[in-house]
Amino acid sequence: MAGKTGTIGAYLKNNMRQYGMLLALVAIMIFFQFMTDGTLMKPVNLTNLFLQNSYIVIMALGMLLVIVSGHIDLSVGSVVGFVGGLAAVMLVQWHWPVLVAVAASLAVGVLIGAAQGYWVAYWRIPSFIVTLAGMLVFRGATLWLLNGQSVGPFPKVFQLLSTGFVPDVLPDLAPLLGLARFNATAFLLGLAMAATILILASRGRARAAAHGMADEPFGFFVGKNGLIAVAIVYISFLLATYRGLPNVLITMAVLIVLYMFITNSTTIGRRIYAIGGNEKAAKLSGINTERLVFLSFANMGFLAALAGLIFAARLNTATPKAGVSFELDVIAAVFIGGASMSGGVGTIVGAVIGAFIMGVMNNGMSILGIGIDYQQVIKGLVLLMAVIFDVYNKSKST
Amino acid sequence: MVPILEMRGITKSFPGVKALDNVTLSVSPGEIHALVGENGAGKSTLMKVLSGVYPYGSYDGDILFEGQPARFAGIHDSEARGIIIIHQELALVPLLSIAENIFLGNEITRRGVIDWHETYRRTEALLAKVGLDESPAARVDSLGVGKQQLVEIAKALSKKVKLLILDEPTAALQEYDSQKLLDLLLEFKAEGITSILISHKLNEVGRVADRLTVLRDGATVSGMGRDEISEARIIRDMVGRDMAHRFPARTPNPGETLLDVRDWCVFHPTHADRKVIDGASLTVRRGEVVGIAGLMGAGRTEFAMSLFGQSWGQRITGQVTLGGKPVDLSTVPAAIRAGLAYVTEDRKALGLVLDETILRNTSLANLPGVSTRGVIDANRERRVAEDYRTALGTRTPTVFQKVVNLSGGNQQKVVLAKWLFTDPQVLILDEPTRGIDVGAKYEIYAIVNQLAEQGRGVILISSEMPELLGMCDRIYVMNKGAFVGELTRAEASQERIMATIMAAETGVAGGA
Repeated sequence: MAGKTGTIGAYLKNNMRQYGMLLALVAIMIFFQFMTDGTLMKPVNLTNLFLQNSYIVIMALGMLLVIVSGHIDLSVGSVVGFVGGLAAVMLVQWHWPVLVAVAASLAVGVLIGAAQGYWVAYWRIPSFIVTLAGMLVFRGATLWLLNGQSVGPFPKVFQLLSTGFVPDVLPDLAPLLGLARFNATAFLLGLAMAATILILASRGRARAAAHGMADEPFGFFVGKNGLIAVAIVYISFLLATYRGLPNVLITMAVLIVLYMFITNSTTIGRRIYAIGGNEKAAKLSGINTERLVFLSFANMGFLAALAGLIFAARLNTATPKAGVSFELDVIAAVFIGGASMSGGVGTIVGAVIGAFIMGVMNNGMSILGIGIDYQQVIKGLVLLMAVIFDVYNKSKST
Repeated sequence: MVPILEMRGITKSFPGVKALDNVTLSVSPGEIHALVGENGAGKSTLMKVLSGVYPYGSYDGDILFEGQPARFAGIHDSEARGIIIIHQELALVPLLSIAENIFLGNEITRRGVIDWHETYRRTEALLAKVGLDESPAARVDSLGVGKQQLVEIAKALSKKVKLLILDEPTAALQEYDSQKLLDLLLEFKAEGITSILISHKLNEVGRVADRLTVLRDGATVSGMGRDEISEARIIRDMVGRDMAHRFPARTPNPGETLLDVRDWCVFHPTHADRKVIDGASLTVRRGEVVGIAGLMGAGRTEFAMSLFGQSWGQRITGQVTLGGKPVDLSTVPAAIRAGLAYVTEDRKALGLVLDETILRNTSLANLPGVSTRGVIDANRERRVAEDYRTALGTRTPTVFQKVVNLSGGNQQKVVLAKWLFTDPQVLILDEPTRGIDVGAKYEIYAIVNQLAEQGRGVILISSEMPELLGMCDRIYVMNKGAFVGELTRAEASQERIMATIMAAETGVAGGA
């Protein structure tokens, strides 16, 4: 059987695409950690890093599905602005209850995504055109909705969406440990998550081994999952010594896990990959390609709306300029993460790593005081290099 | 006579594989030299070495062209010497005109400005030479494959060709177009142009080739002159074993009627008033292999695809019963549920997700079969894929191989695996052995026989008459969207089928 294990080096070489970007992220983090004299990984900065990038990461999850299905959504930045503005109007001007306003905003996001998906899926209008139109329409609509002005501030409860933290369950622990502040919840949740990952991974491996399917070298398996667990525990420790886990980090983590599950293990995910890989073959295999494309756009609308709410909550005000050029960051994240322009290829993990590569670079360069002009140039070149690296790898493997 | 081309001791390695091992090829001036071998035997690699796609230095061995050593750094160098290769996948730009395509990259200009007058004049002369009656301004995408092939040849002629290499030129062509193309090769020969013909179709090779070289596993196996050429010998040399029968034997044992199609009518998807299928009726019994013969454009694929979940056409009418009960075939999922499977004639464009693995292609049409409540069981999926790999003899190290890297025969087995996993009662196989080498064809035939023995019904659509005659228990003859004849195995012959088609063409009731 194929259960024979090779050397770690050979395995890594065969899976270069998968781990290359992760290694790049780690290298970039080490680089900035060094260049910023350790500011990058300071608890307060780390917390900021998550807060700043949460909406990009969240949208990258939906964008990955859209891009894998062979399409693109340029409208997400405008949808962020529009939904943020809509929420502001509902909360600040109409005084709607927070829960109702949030639910209504998300529903509007789904409707926007569905409307665009309808034209793409059932009328076969190129997604580039439909969402370019959407980008203009919803930017204009945002301006109209807000009368060209900023609207805020929001009720306290709404702000928790972005700036809230998970409360501490053991507030008395910090003095015992001799630390100024220590959020036990954050650390315990980190430990629990690391343990869950280890347990799930070993169970998966045991099951795979029972079927003769464990291809990963054992040393690599232990090393990889060990490192992931250590990284999670370490980050949760760092966060615990500041204000604990931001609410938005929890939202993000749950969504990442959910979308990983959808893409890796469900028939829906598998079918979306097949559509992007060869739509006609997918259709002749009995897959309802139109419906899945439609749904992936509706889903994108939902996540863009969620990102819009988080962004507005973070700024505590809705502005007509909110979300401008976000679509570019989101799309760049997905492509840096190894997705293919022609569809059918890409992973959630890759997209998340891509988003963090962009995020860490933004953050690190800002700390270093590099001007926005250079930042743009460098980010552009990183996107180009990542895709060249991908293409080069692919041409080598075939 | 001094050979126009001599390739001596050509060895070409890729990481991990030796694609060519000490290959020798000698072509005399003015001859048609056939190069045959199974897929993966190294024919295309050898031609890429010759044309400079693999530049001098990336292989070992010598090439002598017209007595001079040839060391090409790229395809430009070989073209400058008059070696022109026409690839299997046509390299024409569909949205440009014939003239623009012919002189693409080689435009006739005066001070940098294209001289259209001269371009059209020369194009007309070239088109006359290849016998293509089209305007030089006609867009290439308005032409059929056969005519496009002729444009490619005209393009080659525009470059002062001395050695013309044709890689599977007739693979996508119908009998009539193939004949025309081969006649053209013979004309060129009379004019002194040397050709190398790579082909799977041994009858064509036998017809036009003066000499023949057989490649197997990257090595030269044999060479034969015109009078030594025989199909049996070629096949034996190609596959390395004797193949007494090209078609595996099966004892027909048809059961009760399984599929019954009555008065099937289909209109063209864009020209709503054009009736493409006109009252076609067909039955398939359990354990029976039923063939559909016909010329290109007869409506065979359209019939099959409209039946399979209305994947083609509009305003579809007719009654279908499966196992005696009326079935709903209005969508592809419904057709699959009803027990129908359709193996398309274009497996790359319509049958496979090329960049995905064997595993994922195998389960694609029946994902619920490897999942519980929408969640895929990776272990179950792998076991299914492994089982089919073993059962169908797909030659690949693991099921995690991307199908794009497989040979045509192995790709077709993956397509078959996909459909077998849906457990169909009736399989429609549309040109199942197109572009597949002799050895793999035999294996596909054996699989088809197995399916029939399991009591499934098989509809076999093929343009290769020997295949229909060798495999089918009954053959329907289709012409202009209607079945114009039905022949039993005993009655059927190549002549009889052609006569039936011709009779229908001229409006006389004929055939059976």
